[in-house]
Amino acid sequence: MSTATTDLDLIHLKHQADRLFTRKRLLGFGLPALVLAYLAYIFFAFDMPGLAARANWENGRTLVADSYSYKTHVTRDNRSGAVSVAVEGERKGTWSDGQAPEWVALGETTVIDLTGGHIVRFGPETVEYDIPGYGTLRATPTRTQGVVTELPPGDLPDWINQSKNRITVTTEAGRLTVTRNRSEVFRYFTGWELFWFTLDSPYHGLSPAELARRAANGEAGAIWHDFWNNTMWRHGDVAWAIGETILMAFLGTFGAAIIALPLAFLAARNFNPLAPVRFAMRRVFDFVRGVDALIWTVVLARAFGPGPLTGALAILVTDSGTFGKIFSEALENVDAKQIEGVQSTGANAAQRYRFGVIPQITPVLLSQVLYFLESNTRSATIIGAITGGGIGLLLTQAIITQKDWEEVAYYILLIVLMVMLMDWFSGWLRARLIRGETARPRKPRGNPEPEPFFLP
Amino acid sequence: MTDLTAGQGDLARIRDDYTALTRRKRVYGGILLILFVSLMAAGFHTADDRNAGGFVDGWRRILDYPAEVLTEALEKSAQLPGHLVHFLPALVETLNIAAAATLLGALGGTVLALLSTRGLAYWPRLIPLFRRIADICRAVPEIVIALVLIFVLGGGPVPAMIAIAIHTAGALGKLFSEVAENASLKPVEGLESTGANWAQRMYLGVIPQVGPNFVSYALLRFEINIRASAILGFVGAGGIGYELRNAMSWGQGRYDEAAAIFLLLFVTIVAVDQISDRLRARLTHGARAGVTA
Repeated sequence: MSTATTDLDLIHLKHQADRLFTRKRLLGFGLPALVLAYLAYIFFAFDMPGLAARANWENGRTLVADSYSYKTHVTRDNRSGAVSVAVEGERKGTWSDGQAPEWVALGETTVIDLTGGHIVRFGPETVEYDIPGYGTLRATPTRTQGVVTELPPGDLPDWINQSKNRITVTTEAGRLTVTRNRSEVFRYFTGWELFWFTLDSPYHGLSPAELARRAANGEAGAIWHDFWNNTMWRHGDVAWAIGETILMAFLGTFGAAIIALPLAFLAARNFNPLAPVRFAMRRVFDFVRGVDALIWTVVLARAFGPGPLTGALAILVTDSGTFGKIFSEALENVDAKQIEGVQSTGANAAQRYRFGVIPQITPVLLSQVLYFLESNTRSATIIGAITGGGIGLLLTQAIITQKDWEEVAYYILLIVLMVMLMDWFSGWLRARLIRGETARPRKPRGNPEPEPFFLP
Repeated sequence: MTDLTAGQGDLARIRDDYTALTRRKRVYGGILLILFVSLMAAGFHTADDRNAGGFVDGWRRILDYPAEVLTEALEKSAQLPGHLVHFLPALVETLNIAAAATLLGALGGTVLALLSTRGLAYWPRLIPLFRRIADICRAVPEIVIALVLIFVLGGGPVPAMIAIAIHTAGALGKLFSEVAENASLKPVEGLESTGANWAQRMYLGVIPQVGPNFVSYALLRFEINIRASAILGFVGAGGIGYELRNAMSWGQGRYDEAAAIFLLLFVTIVAVDQISDRLRARLTHGARAGVTA
């Protein structure tokens, strides 16, 4: 009889185990299937198949090419015969009259060496282009017949685009466009053009050694001035913008912490016996957090106008809610024994808080604030793009103009470096201020660890 | 007797040392405090100077805009339900962007984390490389990638999704890797002894151990990503943020719509906050139950 029950038990157990296995198997395959199904839904909800049609790959190519290379335009006005050389065709990058880089020989016939045997000649009447392996192409802009061209015999290659009033030749060395009004050659270079000095600076094109020599001879101030006020890259303004962004994060984060700390005492159960006040305080924190940084930014921008102050205040308001919540939770976890110990020495209320409570919550508080400092550097970039301040504004401006992609690449690089620097800095400060905060044990050094000294 | 005097001398020295130490600490702390306060003050002053509107002026006008929006919304309160329904699809799009980005980011983050954790990595020598990749993904603000992708791919949810996913992968990669470092290697070794390949070892040996923690972090990230996706909408990537900008740029006359969007966004964020709080509490609780069972 007893054996029968055991058998039954066994069968029951086996059954249970089977059920467990089935459930686990269902879960194990069901969850990934669910994720896949959701991603499939997203695929169609976001119209990914139509994306390929909407995407502008030409834009992408320009973006990538422009971010690491630039082109110099050599342009001949076919009415006046004047030839000008300009980096990216910009006024700020134009060589002054009669000046040209060494690969352009100005004269009655301007000879442009595109390297690799590609040579373009802007004659008084006719433009000639020697293309190795193809021959010499001649194009004559005329008033009446448009652009008259003479091509080497054979089929028209697909890199020559010809119509009555225009011919465009694109080779690996550059690009030639001839229309009735002007002839233009692009030559491509790798790098960021005029990054250090613009053309009007006497220091343009000098080698680093030569610059160092001149700096040693008392021209350091002038060199720095020309670099800092570079009209194309505006290094001074960019540095200011980065400073503004960091300032927004700094003011916002620490301001929020200063405001949230006293409020957190009001919201903590063990410090405030009045339940309605506690409840109200918590709802205030929830409200401030729930009204997103985006909405705060929009509202504050109306009152304060664009600029770093608005960004700092937006971060400050949003984070006061978050800090209030975190700090009040930390306060509720405070050990009462230390406070009693301080009280037993005859300490008054202020001293109890100062020596019983603050030392307990300082590490939590500081590490949270420093974590937020880093993440707020990123938020400040984004908020700056919305309200108009800091590096975020410069970035959006550069993207909106849709041609200065080298500047966009430069700003992105700076932003990434800035965030990584803040990350490193906040980690370093955390390790300095809070003993035992670093997870990994440090290598013992000759001198003992310095004492944390943030609060006296 | 001699002992006693020696003890007293020691005591005096100790007291002196202690007072000196305390004094030094106070001086350091005081200097740091003064430095901090002056930095805050100078920073505030600079920010105020460079702002279009001043702090004092703005403070008086801070309630003007909310008041305008509210009065107009109240005047047209009959239309509010209609607006709420009208903007619901945009809200769903924002949520979808956040959810899809969190999913993709969590998948990417898992791979990055496993590849950059000692003991689990497929290529142990490349651990620093994958750490740096995660760092860089984390350091790039979403808006940067989103704006560049909008230029190439055109406006819409996809650039925002990719941008948030990249940032999420970096952020979660770091957190996941900290969790995975504490995972027991025994199941992995056990699986290896049966001839399981790397993917099988990770999927069957590591993921079940760290799953609840991963999901908990991913939920936290989902909350953050909803906010991010609303902000990205504001700069041109679809969803509720885009509608908000449109409603706002129309200015007066359309504030009822802006109010409806504010309300939707607020309710959504609070609701997701609460739900994910509950879920995370249950997840950690469930994980504990699993250990005891």
